Amino acid sequence: MIRALLAEWTKIRTQPGTGWLLLGTVAVTVAVSAATSAALSCSSSAACHPDITQLSLTGTDLGQAVVAVIAVLAVTGEYATGMIRTTLAAVPRRIVMLTAKATVVTTLALAVGTVAVLGSLLAGRLILPGQGYTPAHGYPDLSLVDATVLRATAGTVLYLALIALLSLGVATAVRDAAAAIGSVLGLLYLFPLLGMAISSPDWHRHLQQIAPMTAGLEIQASTDPNTLPISPWAGLGVVAAWAAGALLAGGLCSASATRERQTSPSSSRPMPRAEV
Amino acid sequence: MTATTLTADRPATGCDGFGRLLYAEWTKFWTVRGWVAAMVIAALLTAGVGIWAASGSHGQPCGRILPDGQVVGGACASPPLGPGGEMVTDSFYFVREPLSGNGTITARVTALSGASSAQTQGTPVVLQPWAKAGIIVKASLRQGSAYAAIMVTGGHGVRMQYDYTHDIAGLPGGVSGDSPRWLRLVRSGDTLTGQDSADGTHWTLVGTARLPGLATAVAAGVFVASPDSVTEENASSTLASGVFDHVTVSGSRPGRGWTGQDFGAGAADRPLDGGYRRVGGVFTVAGSGDIAPAVASSAGSGRPADQGIIGAFAGLIVVLVVGTMFITAEYRRGLIRTTLAATPRRGQVLAAKAIVTGAVTFTAGLAGSAAAVLLGERMLRGSGFYVFPVGGLTQIRVIAGTAALLAVAAVFALALGAILRHGAGPVTATIALIVVPYFFTGPLAILRGTAAQWLLRVTPAAAFAVQQVLPAYPQVSNAYIPQYGYYPLPPWAGLAVLCGWAGLALGMATFLLRRTDA
Repeated sequence: MIRALLAEWTKIRTQPGTGWLLLGTVAVTVAVSAATSAALSCSSSAACHPDITQLSLTGTDLGQAVVAVIAVLAVTGEYATGMIRTTLAAVPRRIVMLTAKATVVTTLALAVGTVAVLGSLLAGRLILPGQGYTPAHGYPDLSLVDATVLRATAGTVLYLALIALLSLGVATAVRDAAAAIGSVLGLLYLFPLLGMAISSPDWHRHLQQIAPMTAGLEIQASTDPNTLPISPWAGLGVVAAWAAGALLAGGLCSASATRERQTSPSSSRPMPRAEV
Repeated sequence: MTATTLTADRPATGCDGFGRLLYAEWTKFWTVRGWVAAMVIAALLTAGVGIWAASGSHGQPCGRILPDGQVVGGACASPPLGPGGEMVTDSFYFVREPLSGNGTITARVTALSGASSAQTQGTPVVLQPWAKAGIIVKASLRQGSAYAAIMVTGGHGVRMQYDYTHDIAGLPGGVSGDSPRWLRLVRSGDTLTGQDSADGTHWTLVGTARLPGLATAVAAGVFVASPDSVTEENASSTLASGVFDHVTVSGSRPGRGWTGQDFGAGAADRPLDGGYRRVGGVFTVAGSGDIAPAVASSAGSGRPADQGIIGAFAGLIVVLVVGTMFITAEYRRGLIRTTLAATPRRGQVLAAKAIVTGAVTFTAGLAGSAAAVLLGERMLRGSGFYVFPVGGLTQIRVIAGTAALLAVAAVFALALGAILRHGAGPVTATIALIVVPYFFTGPLAILRGTAAQWLLRVTPAAAFAVQQVLPAYPQVSNAYIPQYGYYPLPPWAGLAVLCGWAGLALGMATFLLRRTDA
């Protein structure tokens, strides 16, 4: 297991683009958070955002897409180059390979997520008072000492890690980068749009409760928890369930591909191709 | 994979060559079962999600009929239709006299201010910029009937308005006791002429309105209206008070005497109770409501028929994936080397790919959006919403525009795929550029105000403007935001922005394809 972990770490470390993507995650998250904070001034009381913790973490909405790309590429990169054959020759048990990949990707997501989220929070702390979100107006400075802010920050980092796991599972099942990232981003962004298109309040609430993005990002809410469609930690649980489901699907798809190969000799094609 | 021997007996050049190239690319597309299936799924998603969203929408219960036949509720009847067939708001306080045949109405307005009412206790009294006090000639006492009016407004000077959608500016500036405004409306047959004056002796023509088929007997008089105060989240009724003197009506007036009426009270949008007082020759009139085209806003349960088009997002993500894969799969499999060996003119290869992608996506998008718009509208009508009437041409524009949006977006993804050569980047980039700006500014409204407007002007998401069905009226205060179906750019300009992005990417892809090794 340790060797599999080391192998996965070496692969992701040396894969071209990983560094840029990690940098991109931080840059996109912090930039979008800062831009949103700067765009929403609190000059008239009606236009004030009610929740500055959530506001300063807005960049997560876009940053999660880059995290998803990192996770997807960790899997599909191997299928695209044929590296997967070497990997599976070295680590024949797919569950071990998948666990090792998941561990490495989660660690990376946690690390990059922490930097991105703290950067966003810092940007918010620097920008928001200038926009009128001052203690005098009832907006205390963002501080990690505040339990709600701490929950939002730690929760957002966990959310990003869960999105990475979800993407990893989908990519393992789909094996194609474009299709995998399309599925993940569709899952993330379509649900909230649908929820808003439907004006029936019950439907709307149910969609917000089951959609990974809307449910998961309730962890950032620092307003009255009773008004939320789902409580913050339960929301994170919903994302965890989606990630578990995706990983299970990925694991099953790999396993069934293995069985197919073992039972039908005809599948050993003369021309080596990526469908392992 | 090694390149197979090529048996092209002549180089593919000229028009015939491009035809064969198109055919080759088309063959590559339709022989991949997954892509064809994905296009069918994109069409089904566009239609299905839209219809589902429409069927799941329910307004407030309007006029439910109980088993014993009694009707309860009924507070959200559909607004009246104006002479042009558009939905209108038609409620105001009307102090009127009947007028038969030609005549002239003159009045002096000395004050227009916001007013408080027992129904608005606690809310600050603010004069709405489009609060109105003036004189009006109305074809009948039916809501939505033809009219012409000249009025003083809260913040837009003197205006002459007629038949709900027409608005002509007169003297600028507000009104007060020191600087009153004289207004005059002359009826001659079916033509009404509006004039204004600052002193009652020097009159200026503001505008002329023709109300076809105006009956001999009409209602004429003074009116006050104050439209809802509308923000992005909510709307509240307001009341305004106007003071008139020197009110004269010349002409044949059967049954003289002024009648005060809360015109349109109890209709779809319940305005506040108005009233009037006459002391000597001075009329003090308080009124609420508006005489204007209806707009989609936080105030009403009205929906533009584009609701069904939300499914385009589901279809969009699928076509972005297929558009990307149409080129990145060639790099992944090494087929690109064969392709470029067969057709050394690389720009043409990309052009053929773009045409095939665009045409296939357009077809799928057309089928999907036509079903979504036509069926979705029917669903919405049955679910307690009133649906704004949309002209046939507008409907065709929405359907074809949505199909074009999907097609150009797929070509954009293809071009990015040719630049980046890997699948994940182009799909993420196109989703981030097209879906996410809408996501930030649209239904979720994370960003608001000018930042949101600019995002929908410069990013490829501007193309969603082709789905706008309702015009924005400058003479109606409203939050004209994507949430209610209003976009900052005109429909085709929005699509042009997306075309610009796609064209830029395609140009860059051609350049890179020519300069670099496959």
